[in-house]
Amino acid sequence: MNVPTDLKYTESHEWVKLSKNNEIATIGLTDFAQEELTDIVYLDLPKVGDEIEATTECAVVESVKAASDIYAPLSGKVIEVNQAVLDDPALVNEDAFGKGWLFKIKLADPAELEELLSDSDYEEILSEKERPDDDEDEEK
Amino acid sequence: MKEPLIFDLSSPGRRACSLPAFDAPAKPLAELVPQECLRQHDAELPEVSEMDVVRHVTRLSQLNFSVDTHFYPLGSCTMKYNPKINDQIASLPGFARLHPYQPASTTQGVLAAFELLEQTLCAITGMDEFTLQPAAGAHGELTGLLLIRAYHTARGNPRSKVIVPDSAHGTNPSSAHLAGYHVVTVPSNKQGEVDIEKFRAALDEEVAAVMLTNPSTHGVFETNILEIAAMAHKAGALLYYDGANLNALIGLARPGDMGFDVVHLNVHKTFSTPHGGGGPGAGPVGVKKALEPFLPTPRIAHSAADGTFSWNYDRPKTIGKMRSFYGNTGILIRALTYILAHGVEGLHRVSEVAIINANYIKAKLKDLYDDPFPQACMHEIVFSGKRQKKQGSSARDIAKRLLDFGFHAPTIYFPMTVPEALMIEPTETESRETLDRFIAAMRQIAGEITQNADSLHNAPFTMPVTRVDEVKAARELDVNFVKRNA
Amino acid sequence: MDYIPNTDADLSAMLREIGVASFDELVAAIPASLRKFKMELPAAMSEPELQRELGAMAARNKPLDALTSFLGAGAYEHFIPSAIDALVSRGELYTAYTPYQAEASQGTLQLLYEYQSLICRLTGMDISNASLYDGGSAVGESVYLALNAQPKRSRIVISNALHPEYRQILRTYTAGMEVEIVELPTRDGVTDLNTLAAAVNENTAAVLLQSPNFFGCIEPMLRAGELTKPKGAWFVAVVNPLSLGALRPPGEYGADLAVGEGQPLGIPVGYGGPYVGFLTSSKQLVHKVSGRIVGRSVDTEGREAFCLTLQAREQHIRREKATSNICTNQSLMALRACIFLALMGKRGIRKIAELNLRRSHQAADAICRVPGFALKFPRAPFFNEFIVTCPAPAQTVCDRLERNGILAGVPLSRFYAGMERDLLVCVTETKSTADIERLVESLSRAASQKV
Repeated sequence: MNVPTDLKYTESHEWVKLSKNNEIATIGLTDFAQEELTDIVYLDLPKVGDEIEATTECAVVESVKAASDIYAPLSGKVIEVNQAVLDDPALVNEDAFGKGWLFKIKLADPAELEELLSDSDYEEILSEKERPDDDEDEEK
Repeated sequence: MKEPLIFDLSSPGRRACSLPAFDAPAKPLAELVPQECLRQHDAELPEVSEMDVVRHVTRLSQLNFSVDTHFYPLGSCTMKYNPKINDQIASLPGFARLHPYQPASTTQGVLAAFELLEQTLCAITGMDEFTLQPAAGAHGELTGLLLIRAYHTARGNPRSKVIVPDSAHGTNPSSAHLAGYHVVTVPSNKQGEVDIEKFRAALDEEVAAVMLTNPSTHGVFETNILEIAAMAHKAGALLYYDGANLNALIGLARPGDMGFDVVHLNVHKTFSTPHGGGGPGAGPVGVKKALEPFLPTPRIAHSAADGTFSWNYDRPKTIGKMRSFYGNTGILIRALTYILAHGVEGLHRVSEVAIINANYIKAKLKDLYDDPFPQACMHEIVFSGKRQKKQGSSARDIAKRLLDFGFHAPTIYFPMTVPEALMIEPTETESRETLDRFIAAMRQIAGEITQNADSLHNAPFTMPVTRVDEVKAARELDVNFVKRNA
Repeated sequence: MDYIPNTDADLSAMLREIGVASFDELVAAIPASLRKFKMELPAAMSEPELQRELGAMAARNKPLDALTSFLGAGAYEHFIPSAIDALVSRGELYTAYTPYQAEASQGTLQLLYEYQSLICRLTGMDISNASLYDGGSAVGESVYLALNAQPKRSRIVISNALHPEYRQILRTYTAGMEVEIVELPTRDGVTDLNTLAAAVNENTAAVLLQSPNFFGCIEPMLRAGELTKPKGAWFVAVVNPLSLGALRPPGEYGADLAVGEGQPLGIPVGYGGPYVGFLTSSKQLVHKVSGRIVGRSVDTEGREAFCLTLQAREQHIRREKATSNICTNQSLMALRACIFLALMGKRGIRKIAELNLRRSHQAADAICRVPGFALKFPRAPFFNEFIVTCPAPAQTVCDRLERNGILAGVPLSRFYAGMERDLLVCVTETKSTADIERLVESLSRAASQKV
């Protein structure tokens, strides 16, 4: 599993890339998350100007048979949203750490950075996980 | 050959309907209604002949599996035979050609039928009162939870939580959420029943209701049901019965006797009204006496003096209305016909045979498919395709391959608590011979997987289409035909 | 009469194969105390007995065939082409279930896709779901959508001319939610737009207007939409689909959602159900729409094929986070509407809508020539329903006409205070000039009787 060393992570499988001065964070879904979700078909992302709060639900990602909440890794104001993934959600599957980034925020509280996981911490979490069962559907 | 879209069949000037001419002096429309209210461009509906439409729909119908043509063991859906007499009765002009606002003096028969249906449902479930208004099972759930909310509110506190087991249908938590409740999920134990200790821990004075399906979606009876009911009631919570699996219990046990305060039924499951390709059904809701004042309006009133029926709208504590008018009358009449046909002795037999049929399938397949809950099952059996998954074929592959044998697939990937779930509900209306053919197909498929699991990835092989690209469907959304790409 | 093929001999053999001595062994998990009850039910009936008993029950009703009915108010008597009943009674369609296994359900799926497309063309909207229970629940669902998609807004603005039962459903549906429902008054039969402008604020999630409204009057939808939009609220049009053969469709006045009762499209009045609700939206809201949606795609061979799509919105995946708990649609009723629209076609739908317009105006003119009767709202345009103010209580007038086998309309006193003499009269294409003459003559006689 690909886990770039220059990023920070969350237990809920988001990644964070910080600007040099730690003012701006770019946020995306990890490779593990996109693979678990399978083909992503739709993203509901926050809007520029929205204030988001760390560890709360701030976006939704949908595949054909699953929907999953995205939790804000950090608090802050949304300053940019990746229009390319809204137009073509497959980018998240194809390049989760690159073209598949989701949105950027201006950090509200740099102290929160302490809460994020390093790449090695995150890799440890992944190694504890088995790949879960196939996608789900219910028929009532 | 692929059946074209109705729009592809259109040719200017064709027509398929005859309407009477207007026989009085006709003014220009704009003199009747201001020009800005009038439609400027005709709706682009197809122009086809009646025979075009008849052949089109008939040919399309032939692409479907249905109960009338195929064994349809879709778990939790109770795809039993739909007797034809039910449709004949519901189509009588005396039921089908009534306007909902006709005076009660002209609708005494249908009101009597409703009252009789309410009484029979009470007898079958052990409840005190029924409303026939909800249009479907999920609609019944929402009705039931709003009744529970009204009940608690009247006692000073609507409470804030609803407990739902992890094996519940998705509609349960969803309905609870819409009724304004926070959902608390309780896990199941190894036997597939509610984990009673975890349940005890989740129960407090903020719990408004506990929603259970019994037998659960694991196909097993909740053996602790009386204890669960006592615990819930002690905490002041009400017990809600999801009637999805009532076909296991007709004549055997009644939710009302188990301690349930509110139940919804799915008449399209238990009482055999046709599923219609996905509705219409009906979801009557039964309650114990204490909740009766809150039932939706109107209620049937039966005059002791002269025996006449009427609608009573004067119900100050009612939750209001869930559906316009009175409910899905045509479906309710079918359910009544089914119940009267069976009578007390016939209904006793329904669940008995449904349970034997399910256990027969279980006995004949449990050597090849993992059986997570070893006790006897009720009316349906949930296998896990874990072993086959390890060999390289998923529950989906098994489901698709079954179609080639002329059997509709079981419910798959539900309940979510069972990996690679295959939920099989044969119902009482299938013969032993049909079950044997189904068992033989399932055994053959298990053998195919052992030999070459990859061969199933492209199943089905004999259907009008192969697997449909659901990713493309969602990414390149086409849900409204605009025009053919050149 | 049961429908169980297995005989006692079959069942005994099966129990042996299962490895139990008796059926009771299979249900030993059920506490014994629960099995001691008596179901108080009638004895089983044979098919001829059912036909006789239930036939007699049906005969205690007086169907519309035996009456001349001018009842509407949300349920309309229209021509139903005979091909509809012939086609929907095919077992392949009505005994199938939800098309979860797309390969075994292409018939239902393609027909629902055609239904969605036909409804879009009729309403002028971009997206239609595969149907809901009925008009009232479609109104309820539209409000769930508006509140859910705009969590910071909690006001819903409706008109007092929205069907009284729909208003009641709306209040019941939202009983567990933080919502403020503002009900606007009417003026001359239509919603007072001055009060609309005042009621719509930054907290408003949606404005719902029904047109034709419950009084039969056509609302100023374009203007109402214009007053709604600047505050960012959704404009929800509640419309009669059959009227759209002649009236301006919601897609042309910028509705965000258009919903309504689909019963006029080939579904019998059936004492209130089953009916079908339709829910349509603009393109932007497709991921917010509730209920099933069928999409056109291809199979692995590249052939056109259909499947359910956008299922991740729905309760079976989202559970308590879903925007609706709706599971089923009303497939068979949507199929009736689909066949109805295909049979009517481009010219038929206009013709039937225009016939309704003309017949109702013919009747209104004739009734108003009877001394003592007048249109309640003479300035408001209407489609196939209108309110007549009678010289006596409307209920009394109806009672008198019922004796002659005429259902003159729906007295409005049951819904509105102060409308004792007002009668809602509906005249569709099913009524002839002779029917209208009979109504007028009976009204005139009823008016001259002493109260």
